[in-house]
Amino acid sequence: MSLESLYQEIILDHYKNPRGRGLLEAPLGTAFHVNPTCGDEINMQVASDADGGLLIGYEGTGCSISQASASVLYELVQGLPVAEAEKIRLAFVELMHSKGNAEPDEEVLGDGVAFVGVAKYPARIKCALLAWMALQDAEIKADLVMPAPLDEK
Amino acid sequence: MSGIDVERIKADFPILSRTVRDAQPLIYLDSGATSQKPYAVLDAERAFYETSNAAAHRGAHQLAEEATAAYEQSRAQIAAFVGAKSENIIFTKNATESLNLAAYAFSNATALAQWGSAVDPRFQLQPGDNVVVTEMEHHANLVPWQELCAKTGATLRWISLTDDGRLDLSNLGELIDSSTKVVSVVHQSNILGTINPVVKLMAAAHAVGAIGVIDACQSIPHQGVDVVELGADLVAWGGHKMLGPTGIGLLYGTAEILDAMPPFITGGSMIEMVTMERSTYAKAPQKFEAGVPMVAQAVGLGAAVSYLTGIGMNAIAEHEHQLTVHALTGLMAIPGVRIIGPTTGIDRGGAISFEVAGIHPHDVGQVLDNLGIAVRVGHHCAWPTCRRYGVPATTRITPYLYNSESDIDAAIAGVREAQRFFQVAS
Repeated sequence: MSLESLYQEIILDHYKNPRGRGLLEAPLGTAFHVNPTCGDEINMQVASDADGGLLIGYEGTGCSISQASASVLYELVQGLPVAEAEKIRLAFVELMHSKGNAEPDEEVLGDGVAFVGVAKYPARIKCALLAWMALQDAEIKADLVMPAPLDEK
Repeated sequence: MSGIDVERIKADFPILSRTVRDAQPLIYLDSGATSQKPYAVLDAERAFYETSNAAAHRGAHQLAEEATAAYEQSRAQIAAFVGAKSENIIFTKNATESLNLAAYAFSNATALAQWGSAVDPRFQLQPGDNVVVTEMEHHANLVPWQELCAKTGATLRWISLTDDGRLDLSNLGELIDSSTKVVSVVHQSNILGTINPVVKLMAAAHAVGAIGVIDACQSIPHQGVDVVELGADLVAWGGHKMLGPTGIGLLYGTAEILDAMPPFITGGSMIEMVTMERSTYAKAPQKFEAGVPMVAQAVGLGAAVSYLTGIGMNAIAEHEHQLTVHALTGLMAIPGVRIIGPTTGIDRGGAISFEVAGIHPHDVGQVLDNLGIAVRVGHHCAWPTCRRYGVPATTRITPYLYNSESDIDAAIAGVREAQRFFQVAS
C-alpha cells in the first residue's frame, strides 16, 4: 500500500480547505462525538431549511481523515432531503466496511470515493466514520429521522 | 555506546526479524505499550505446557506439585528482581488490576465497616478525606481513585505539572494534609517520560499517616528498582512491558499492609475456612489470588526476569538513556517539532512524546507505519496530561534494550518524511 492510496489528494484538499466548517446559529440537533482511542472530536449540528433540506454545521479537531470526512459529508448532504442524505450516509458506512475491496459509486459518494483506501486500515476506519456517526446522532436528536440502532462506532 | 550488543539481543526476539508493510524490516519503537518477547520467554511457557501443566495450589498429583513449584519459583525470581520477599508479591492479571486491588481495598473496607466488620481505619474513607494523585497519571492510576472518591465522598486532589513536564511540588504541604488517606503516584510517566521523586512523595504520605502507592509500570522494566527502597506501601506494575507475557501483573505490598487490606477478588484458593454463613481468608499473597492462577504466564515472566538480569538492568538503563538523549536531540533539531515532557535526559526515561506542527499524530504515525516503524499515537491513556499541554494527542516513541541509534534515526527521518508528505514547511 502506498501512502498516496490512503491519503488521496482529494482527502488532503478537504483537510486543508474544509468545506462549510462552522456552527449553525439555530441547530435543531447537536451531537459531540469523540474517538476515545485517539482523541479525534467532531461537533455536528443539523437543522432544516425552508424546503425541508438538511443544514449542516460542524467543528472538530483531529487527524486528516476524520476532518476531511466531515468536510466531504457537508459537501454531499448539505441541502438534501433527510432520506436522500441517509442513502449517502449508508453508502459511506458500507464503503468503510468493505476492507478496501469496494468499487464505490461516484454518482452517490462524490469525493467520498477517495476514502476507499482508508477501509484497508482498520485503525483508521473509525476516523473516517466519526462525522457520519455524529450526523446520525444529531438527526435523531433533532427528530429528523426515526431512532434506529446506531451503527458500529 | 553502552555495553549492550543490540544486534545480538535483536536475534533473541523472533518478531524483530519479520517484515511489515511491503517487505520492510520492522522497527519497533512502541515498547511503552508492550514489549516484544525473547525466545527464552516463549520457550519457558511452551516447556511448562509440554511438561508440567496443571492447576497450581490445588491437587496432590505430581503435575500439580510441579506446577505449584514452577509458579512459586517464578514469584521468588520476580521478588528477588525488585528486592522483595516472595510473600510480598501478588500476581494479578495486569497492572490495572493491581491498582484496582489497591483502590478497592479502601472502598471495600469502608463498606465493610458500615456493617460492623472490624477493618483497619486507615482504609476507611469519608467525606472530608482526600486522595492525592498527579496530573500525569495513566488512566489506570486515576479512574480507580475517582471511583473510590465517588463511592466514599472523599475528595480527589492532584499535584499539577510544570511547563517542562515535572511535578509542581510548590504546594505539596497543602495538598497532602492530615485528611489525606492515600497518595498514589506514577514513578515514570508513560507519556512525558518524567521520573518522579517518589521516595520524597511516599515520605510525605507517611508523615500524615496516609498509605503510599506507586505505579511502576514504566520504571521497573527499564531501570533497576528496589521496591523496598522506594518506601511505598504498595507498588504496581505489569509483566508484558518487561519482556513477559500478557495476562500477568504484579503488586508488591509490605507485610503489614497486605495483612490489613481486605481482599479484592474473592472465591477459590484465597480462603482459610468456608461455611455457608461466612469465610475467613488465607494470608497474603494467597488472600489476593482467587481462582486458578496464570502459571504459564508466571513461568514466562520468570524467564523474562532472568533474561533481563543476564543483560543487567544498569546496562539497559544506560543504553536507553543514550537512545533517549539521541532521540531528543534529533527531534528537537526538526523545525516544528515540540517535545511534550522534559527536553533533557535528566530524571527522564525513554517515553518520548512530541507534536509536529500542522500534522495530527495519527497522520505522523501513519507515515512512520508506512516505513515499517511502529510508534504509538493517541493520548496514551493519559488524556488529562494531553489537555494540560494543549494537545489532543501525541506521537510517542519508546525504545528498549533491542533498539539501536539507527532505529531512532529512522524514526527521525520518518518525521521529516511526514512533513514533506503533508507539505508542512520544516
